Amino acid sequence: MWQGVEDIMEPNRLSAFQLDVLREAGNIGAGHATTSMSKLMNNKVDMQVPSVHIMPFDEVLEWIGASDTPVAGIMIRIYGDAPGTVYFILHVEEAESLVKSMTQHSDIQLVHGETNHFAESAIKETGNILTGSYLSALSDFTGLHMQPSVPFLHIDMAGAIVSHALIEVSQVTDHALIIETEISYGGKSHRIHGNFLFLPDPGSFLKLFQSLGIEENE
Amino acid sequence: MNNRNAMIKVGIADQKMAKAPDKIKTTGLGSCVGLVLYDLNRQVAGLAHIMLPDSSLAKQANLNPYKYADTAIDRLIEKLCSAGAAKYALKAKMAGGAQMFEFASNNDLIRIGSRNVQAVQEKLNEHHIVLKAKDVGGNSGRTIEFDPASGTLKIRTIYQGESII
Repeated sequence: MWQGVEDIMEPNRLSAFQLDVLREAGNIGAGHATTSMSKLMNNKVDMQVPSVHIMPFDEVLEWIGASDTPVAGIMIRIYGDAPGTVYFILHVEEAESLVKSMTQHSDIQLVHGETNHFAESAIKETGNILTGSYLSALSDFTGLHMQPSVPFLHIDMAGAIVSHALIEVSQVTDHALIIETEISYGGKSHRIHGNFLFLPDPGSFLKLFQSLGIEENE
Repeated sequence: MNNRNAMIKVGIADQKMAKAPDKIKTTGLGSCVGLVLYDLNRQVAGLAHIMLPDSSLAKQANLNPYKYADTAIDRLIEKLCSAGAAKYALKAKMAGGAQMFEFASNNDLIRIGSRNVQAVQEKLNEHHIVLKAKDVGGNSGRTIEFDPASGTLKIRTIYQGESII
């Protein structure tokens, strides 16, 4: 038997305090990521304190942009005690500008299926660092074991990528958790704006908060 | 009046109808399926943006019937008939059902695109509605636009251009 509806914590029922915990883990994660990103880019990188939102699907699409805007989506599956999926979504132009600074190649273009390997692994590595930092912070907070998969990249319409992300959780809820992230580099002349869609599998939210000693209705 | 050629937009897990000369579209179909049912004589069409194959998968107390192939198609047929379409005259076209990420997993939900396509086809068979054309599978997102006057479905992808079915 799958869990009854009442046993599954829906993200739209998270309290302000629970959101604060996620935001704090995000803060610490962002701190770790800043260090790794600065090394990777050989340049000072700043990451803005992420804000955390919970919103219904149709608003998620609006939040990311028009649903036929081209975006780069990096998907990472989380294994371990609280399984789930993370998507890091960037507008294609911003992803391109990031990769150009990272690789020092100014003629790079991100096109699905035709992106050169170097550019592709640069953008995947960015997703990897950010997700890994966030996960390890969350893992430290909760004592839960969380292991990221290798990153997968897809460049396509925002709607197509976001809806793919939402399908899995859409059987349980109509809400998603979004962690907004701003990365600036090159003496703040470049600023990119990415969104994490954090989609724990059914039951994982409950596990996360139970291991923090926070019960659902606190 | 400047709304003589309105473009009606359908969001995710939603459905709407259009009468000629209006057109109807939905954007950013990934593994979702865009299903058009239309009655060419009466120039009326309905478009459903379907996310999941089967409402029995739902673990939600108050489910959105437009999200699932089985419930969405029943509702769309009802709507079209009450708007004057004849059920026996309904034809179908569909697009979408792509596999967005090449992800090796035993998780069935990863193959949701092809399962959506299959569920739609089965439901159409059940209602004896002929599927006139389809553009499904692959790994590209699609934006689709249907013209109830001509019965044509225009499909746009970012990197593979446009086609009409």
